[in-house]
Amino acid sequence: MDAFKSWIARSGTGSILLLALLIVVVFPLTMDIFRLNLVGKYLTYAFVAVGLVMLWGYGGILSLGQGVFFGLGGYMMAMFLKLEASDPEATKIQSTPGIPDFMDWNQLTELPLWWEPFRHLPLALIAVVAVPMVLAFIISFAMFKRRVGGVYFAIITQAVALILTVLIIGQQGYTGGVNGITDLRTLLGWDIRSDSAKYVLYFVNAGLLIGVIALCRWIQMSKLGTLLLAMRDKEDRVRFSGYDVAMFKVFAFVLAAGISAIGGAMFTLQVGFMSPSFVGIVPSIEMVIFAAVGGRMSLVGAVYGALLVNFGKTYFSESAPDLWLFLMAALFIGVVLAFPNGLAGLYESHVKPWFARRKAPKAAPAAVEPPAAPPPSPSQKSAPPAALPGGVQGQSA
Amino acid sequence: MADNKDTIPAPLTSEQRRKVLLGMAAAPALMVPGVSFGNAQFPTAKVNTTKLAVTDTEVIVGQLHSATGTMAISETGSIQAEQLAIDQINAMGGILGRKIKVIKEDGASDWPTFAEKSKKLLVNDKVACVFGCWTSASRKAVLPVFEKENGLLYYPTFYEGLEQSKNVIYTGQEATQQIIWGLDWASKEKKAKTYFLIGSDYIWPRTSMKIARKHIESVGKLGSVVGEEYYPLGHTNFNSLINKIKVAKPDCIFAAVVGGSNVAFYKQLKAAGITGAKQFLLTLSVTEDEMLGVGGENFAGFYSSMKYFQSLDNANNKAFVEAFKKAYGPKSVIGDVTQAGYLGPWLWKAAVEKAGSFDVDKVVAASPGIELKTAPEGYVKLHENHHLWSKARIAQGQPDGTFKVVAESAELIEPNPFPKGYQ
Repeated sequence: MDAFKSWIARSGTGSILLLALLIVVVFPLTMDIFRLNLVGKYLTYAFVAVGLVMLWGYGGILSLGQGVFFGLGGYMMAMFLKLEASDPEATKIQSTPGIPDFMDWNQLTELPLWWEPFRHLPLALIAVVAVPMVLAFIISFAMFKRRVGGVYFAIITQAVALILTVLIIGQQGYTGGVNGITDLRTLLGWDIRSDSAKYVLYFVNAGLLIGVIALCRWIQMSKLGTLLLAMRDKEDRVRFSGYDVAMFKVFAFVLAAGISAIGGAMFTLQVGFMSPSFVGIVPSIEMVIFAAVGGRMSLVGAVYGALLVNFGKTYFSESAPDLWLFLMAALFIGVVLAFPNGLAGLYESHVKPWFARRKAPKAAPAAVEPPAAPPPSPSQKSAPPAALPGGVQGQSA
Repeated sequence: MADNKDTIPAPLTSEQRRKVLLGMAAAPALMVPGVSFGNAQFPTAKVNTTKLAVTDTEVIVGQLHSATGTMAISETGSIQAEQLAIDQINAMGGILGRKIKVIKEDGASDWPTFAEKSKKLLVNDKVACVFGCWTSASRKAVLPVFEKENGLLYYPTFYEGLEQSKNVIYTGQEATQQIIWGLDWASKEKKAKTYFLIGSDYIWPRTSMKIARKHIESVGKLGSVVGEEYYPLGHTNFNSLINKIKVAKPDCIFAAVVGGSNVAFYKQLKAAGITGAKQFLLTLSVTEDEMLGVGGENFAGFYSSMKYFQSLDNANNKAFVEAFKKAYGPKSVIGDVTQAGYLGPWLWKAAVEKAGSFDVDKVVAASPGIELKTAPEGYVKLHENHHLWSKARIAQGQPDGTFKVVAESAELIEPNPFPKGYQ
């Protein structure tokens, strides 16, 4: 029993379950479909933030180009949906029926060869994850093998984001240009714009997010996670211990890219279009802000960060259309000044000690009771770098 | 009835006007400013069968433009003009006895935000119609939402065409209206035989230049295209382009450069000695708003093809300009899109009154054939394809930053968003 309890506490299962409860039960029960669909959209950004926790919080690699992978995942999905929406019947008004409308506007007369695989859902789904991961592998392999890191790597990721934006906008006959890929309707004949579809997609999205968090938590608790942490804090020592540091970094980068891409694909499904405005530098930095607000060491915190920032954005812009940018800025500055470790840091430094103080006097009976009492189980969220969390034991191996 | 016509456009269809006149005996208070008459005559249950935000005294509409971000400079004029029209309509007693209340949302120059906010307006606020969007990208982003939720959007910008939706009324020119007459004028009046096409690289300039090339080379047989160049949005270095122009020596530079690029483009042309005195240039993208940034001295002598210029000499326009300046300051300028934005609420009012209902389906059904006799740009009429019949005009930029209208099409030009022979 005690062993189980300590495992629960160490693994952070409690806080993950609490998050799951919130997004799978509480939100759907308390919100109408319009708001729920918005939350679904925010949760797709949370994928990127979770990826950043693995990459930046654990791996110590700051990427300012995660929008690239989010966008690519979204575009892969959008290409499939667009082809389905562009059947010859629906596009008979065009000079070449059967191709996406923006191709017709750009005088293309047949579907480019590289679009062909996206006629098939399985291939498209594979591409959603595979294409961003392969790109991430190429970029990170080239950089990390040459021991490019830190701020230089961050700049290169920004450059990649810029390059991809320019490429997408410039090749509008093939990509839809600035407008992006719009007017997506059905997935295998199933109308994704209907309310029932929005519910289903919301739950698929929530399930995937919880799954991804569990996977990341599992990685964090494994030897691999410990190595990532060690690498972040003392890269040379890990290298001298005989580990191929570069490949571990590549792993972290590719992992984060794959996770972001899933978020991108879910975004396209729930919002109904994809545009280059998600690929660029600004959205990429915004996504880093989500992770920073939530706390970059905490997987669950990253989700709360994404939710909080986006709720703020929607709420402020609806209630004060003239002032909302200032209010958002105030929120960011406030968070960074007041709790530099984000929401999770706030929890660690204030909420947890408070619980501990309340628990302390009756410590003896508490040992007998089941561990249900304090909502999120401690210790998972953002152990400060000094005290290594989770599976530190693995280090001896 | 005719009392306030001189200062305020009275957008009634002639058919409707006849009906109103006939009904004058029965309802003498009709159309008297400030008198709420409609609730007995137009009970809410009857004029609103689709659960829109319409009460006995109020109808709520949405306004969705970018108040922040890179597009804010361009969209502010539309926001102001739409508000002005709504204020004027309210001062006249509103629509069907109901005052118009506006919910403003900020699209923040970000297309996904436009989609989110349009959904909020339609689903949450149940607005009766929306005035909004500016760029094609924002319109494309909200279009599926409007079609799915059966909303009604009044879109003010001149744009590339190739679109026609039940749920959108396009109050600006589509590409053929803006281009073909202008090119014919260039060929006839300026004897232009060779054309150099320049645009920013996105869908509107690309489509416009496609139509221009077809017209120059095959349909209108005006001459030949000696160059066609596109530059990314925000591009500011046009030196290589200017060299190409100097080599090609076109009779006419035909330009659709937008945003900040405009400023660099015209400054560098002037610096290279290509000025209005020596070179004929016709553009699709410089209105009074852009002129503020470009500067009159850089654009002097060049020509712009639009349907509206602030300097148009007619009584309606004078009243409009005066009201606009009174509301937003004597230094404010009115560009083509601003005027098109102003038409939106008036067209909606006319359609609602013709339909006798706020229901989107009925307003849409009543829309084709709606006329505004006293619009600032002159008489306009709504085509079945939801675009406006309107005149084409060419004006020459003056050193003080104003435009002097030099030519105007004799007839209204039919909107043709899917032009045959130009694909």
